[in-house]
Amino acid sequence: MATVAVQLFASYADLLGQSRMTVSVPDRATVRDLLTSVRSLPRGGGIPETALVAVNRRFANASDPIAASDELALIPPVAGG
Amino acid sequence: MIRAALVDRVIQPADLLAEVATPRSGATALFIGTVRETNDGRAVTAIDYASYVAMAEGELERIAREAGEKFGVDFLVVEHRVGMLQLMETSVAIAASHAHRGPAMDCTRWVIEEIKTRVPIWKREHYADGSRDWVDPAPRSEKVAP
Repeated sequence: MATVAVQLFASYADLLGQSRMTVSVPDRATVRDLLTSVRSLPRGGGIPETALVAVNRRFANASDPIAASDELALIPPVAGG
Repeated sequence: MIRAALVDRVIQPADLLAEVATPRSGATALFIGTVRETNDGRAVTAIDYASYVAMAEGELERIAREAGEKFGVDFLVVEHRVGMLQLMETSVAIAASHAHRGPAMDCTRWVIEEIKTRVPIWKREHYADGSRDWVDPAPRSEKVAP
């Protein structure tokens, strides 16, 4: 297992009551694993399985690998403009 | 000259127009997004714009560069504001100039549509009844834009 830090914003931060958290993920984890870990936390089930994730400030695919050194963020549906 | 920025100050559209002014241009298009007094039938008093700043800045810059290439526009300025905005305040402004009107107008339209799907910015609307909510764009996208 590895530990990664994740940033949360807007409705997701409100849902989980924090804007930054650490979660445990399997070794050689992917974005999908990260979402699974977050969704297993208390109230984490409110985050969709298909939530957008940014890795190093770019939108990532579910199968993309993640590392402890990556800047990770869960991105609620954007609503700029 | 292509520039895009996230700002926490008042946006001055006239300044953007001045930035894209050039003797090469025969047409200048300006899009301004402002805070509206109702959404989904609820009376809105203000909107708090939040952002993942580091990513939003990069995404805004990518959109602007892509727009420049896509429409052959060399003079484009995009500013999106974050923080608490009152009714009628400008949340986003996009100015583009080109030799001809088509690319200038198409460019501003494309940029605002891309912003709405790609830039990590969120709106928390404050309502007249004292409540507040994050805007979920999904149901709204199924309606006719104003």
